[in-house]
Amino acid sequence: MPNSQMTPGVVPGRVSDDQLADNFSDLHAPFLGHEAAVASDRCYFCYDAPCVMACPTDIDIPLFIRQIQTGTPEAAAKTILQQNILGGMCARVCPTETLCEQVCVREVAEGKPVEIGRLQRFATDSLMAKNSHPFKRAEPTGKRIAVVGAGPAGLACAHRLAMHGHEVTLYDARPKAGGLNEFGIAAYKSTDDFAAREVDWLMQIGGITLELGKGLGAGLSLETLQNNNDAVFLGIGLGGVNSLRAAGEERDGVGDAVSFIAELRQTDDLSTLPVGRNVVVIGGGMTAVDAAVQSKLLGAENVTIAYRRGRDGMSASRYEQDLAASHGVNFVFNAQPKEVHGNGTAAEVEFEYTSSKNGTLKGTGETFCIKADQVFKAIGQTLEDAPDGLEVEGGKIAVSGAGQTSLSGVWAGGDCATGGDDLTVTAVAEGRDAAEDIHSALMAAGG
Amino acid sequence: MADLTSTFIGIKSPNPFWLASAPPTDKEYNVRRAFEAGWGGVVWKTLGEEGPPVVNVNGPRYGAIYGADRRLLGLNNIELITDRPLQTNLREIKAVKRDYPDRAMIVSLMVPCEEHAWKAILPVVEETGADGIELNFGCPHGMSERGMGAAVGQVPEYIEMVARWCKQNTRMPVIVKLTPNITDIRKPAEAAMRGGADAVSLINTINSITSVNLDTMSPEPSIDGKGSHGGYCGPAVKPIAMSMVSEIARNPATRDLPISGIGGVTTWRDAAEFMSLGCGNVQVCTAVMTYGFKIVSEMISGLSDWMDEKGHTSTADFVGQAVPNVTDWQYLNLNYVAKAKIDQEACISCGRCYAACEDTSHQAISMSADRTFEVIDAECVACNLCVDVCPVEDCISMVPMEPGQTDPRTGKVVEKEYANWTTHPNNPGAVAAE
Repeated sequence: MPNSQMTPGVVPGRVSDDQLADNFSDLHAPFLGHEAAVASDRCYFCYDAPCVMACPTDIDIPLFIRQIQTGTPEAAAKTILQQNILGGMCARVCPTETLCEQVCVREVAEGKPVEIGRLQRFATDSLMAKNSHPFKRAEPTGKRIAVVGAGPAGLACAHRLAMHGHEVTLYDARPKAGGLNEFGIAAYKSTDDFAAREVDWLMQIGGITLELGKGLGAGLSLETLQNNNDAVFLGIGLGGVNSLRAAGEERDGVGDAVSFIAELRQTDDLSTLPVGRNVVVIGGGMTAVDAAVQSKLLGAENVTIAYRRGRDGMSASRYEQDLAASHGVNFVFNAQPKEVHGNGTAAEVEFEYTSSKNGTLKGTGETFCIKADQVFKAIGQTLEDAPDGLEVEGGKIAVSGAGQTSLSGVWAGGDCATGGDDLTVTAVAEGRDAAEDIHSALMAAGG
Repeated sequence: MADLTSTFIGIKSPNPFWLASAPPTDKEYNVRRAFEAGWGGVVWKTLGEEGPPVVNVNGPRYGAIYGADRRLLGLNNIELITDRPLQTNLREIKAVKRDYPDRAMIVSLMVPCEEHAWKAILPVVEETGADGIELNFGCPHGMSERGMGAAVGQVPEYIEMVARWCKQNTRMPVIVKLTPNITDIRKPAEAAMRGGADAVSLINTINSITSVNLDTMSPEPSIDGKGSHGGYCGPAVKPIAMSMVSEIARNPATRDLPISGIGGVTTWRDAAEFMSLGCGNVQVCTAVMTYGFKIVSEMISGLSDWMDEKGHTSTADFVGQAVPNVTDWQYLNLNYVAKAKIDQEACISCGRCYAACEDTSHQAISMSADRTFEVIDAECVACNLCVDVCPVEDCISMVPMEPGQTDPRTGKVVEKEYANWTTHPNNPGAVAAE
């Protein structure tokens, strides 16, 4: 290891290889069989269970937990996957603390929910370890559907359509499928190349042709897709990144958190990945937390998340905030960036404190600086390459019902579309529901 | 601290906790450890007659039923009586009794149903200085197929006969251990009494198959692909044992017959319950086979603290206290009317009471959109199922209605007077109330 935490600048190899491997191992170790039996036994099998209501994909959680408890984890997996084909990834990345586990009656009663996320992983891992695919395609319908974007929404949509017997072409502009599962979430949530393995497993349904390196504005036009298919689903995500609107944003060392995370996810050798000694992440969402924690794990000495509003305004859950804090990430609240200082290369970020009156954020005039040789912007993503003719609302493709856009025959879902919480699980639900809607529409249309 | 000293059919022990005749009492090494741990007495694992000992299977002897987190709820076994030479056991019994004169030393016996066999073994047991004998008429496997154990215990006449032989041929007190694998436990108890037995102990184990291996289709425990019924014991059998104990305790013919309670005794509370139903002491096996001998410390402290709290100075104070309250169904007060009540503060809204009541009982619980569960008094028959399935202790309670109130389910005023089925107008055989 050529460098240390103290080495100035943006350099690789700040911690030993062993330490890196340890830092980027599974955030939560998978359950062993007996642990799963004990954890599943805690479920009360609630009537009309609150956890199911809280799950965006409506997984029958008490049922799958009972199936684990009775020694049939693969049946449990099927219960999960029939609602959420990316149940394996969702088990790893869902903010269960704000979804199913938050409303678990045992969380309410004792502050200790049934560990639904880890149990879901136990079930889905059990099934995927056998590399068996529990779903079969219906008789071919002769219908062709283009799904643009192979992220969670597109994958869920493509799988459901293929299951109904349609022929699906799944496009993605990137060299690999998976979308944010592959490029956008922290490495310790998707170890052992899980995102890619899950895509391979999902494709076993058959009937899906994957076309990589092709996206809207990158070889595809919506018009052509419409002409060549019976329906089109857009799950193109948010490709752009908001700018800081602070002076000095162009200096070396200032970059997108999204790109940093993608690069980290795709690197074969974490010891070659450079990171600053002093890292400042600007933003308050999951991307900010993932970038900050991974900077720390790569060996940054000081990592600060600066957010322009108070803690309660952060979209990252308290659990994620605490996870970051436990890794030594500092939080600065009510501070907005004014300028990135430095001589060509970033050296520090000047912030101004903010106060909020009637929801409007204003600088107080009081400023301070935080040392920074690397600055990550994590202040939200924007829709890019939205085709002309599609109605856009609040920066997203406007949809109604189960993802119907303003254009007949075109559906959209996931982060690029209105509604939802920009979560993997909501994207899956939207993709799945759009697929059902497409299926109904095409079959109703007849022949 | 309450005095736990126990005198059972004249046999003294520092506490009422004995180890039952079973693997834990098979040899000197174990029994010495038990006494060091604080056990009040042991019933030495059953001895057979002189000669080549029995042989056990060389595969699994036990099968289990589990609760959450592999908590052992029930155990069955296909082990036989001691498979060690008679003389070895006798020598060890004598040595242990000599070193622990204050502990109860009972020797369990099972020899063929012939007087000469009993006449032969009784003097050699007496010679060890043992305090008493227990006749194993309960073992349900292996030995019963050879005309011993449960094969004797299922025939009251044999029990009476063998008990009498023993009483005629030894000075030692005689305890008859009863098998539960019969229809009416009072019959063998009465037979033991007629034969002159000083006491009965019950229950022995219950015929059982704990599970079936669905791959090999063999019952468990499996010996080379085959299984045989074993004897079931442990916490799961406690309710059966207590019912049988109570039947003997309240039977006019046997109510004065001392009882040593056996069957799933795991904690001090279990022991207190058995004793309240008329047992002078209790015998423990599965609990020590699960946790080791140390649990007697908890049993001693727990029983002692409870006795202090209740003001009992000796165990005799509460032995049999619950017996007068065990009655037949027909004498239960039909004018006692209760309604379930849900403590909304304690309720965690799991809805199990609702599912149970709505699907399987009386549709007497309502559920609101915000998951508030409430009892519908006009439907509630106070069956207690909601209480039993509720995961929160004391969240749902059965509240008796006051006399004079009107039961909204029946529209009848709750009567103050006791009235039972024997006088109920719906009973074709009703007799006029006195």
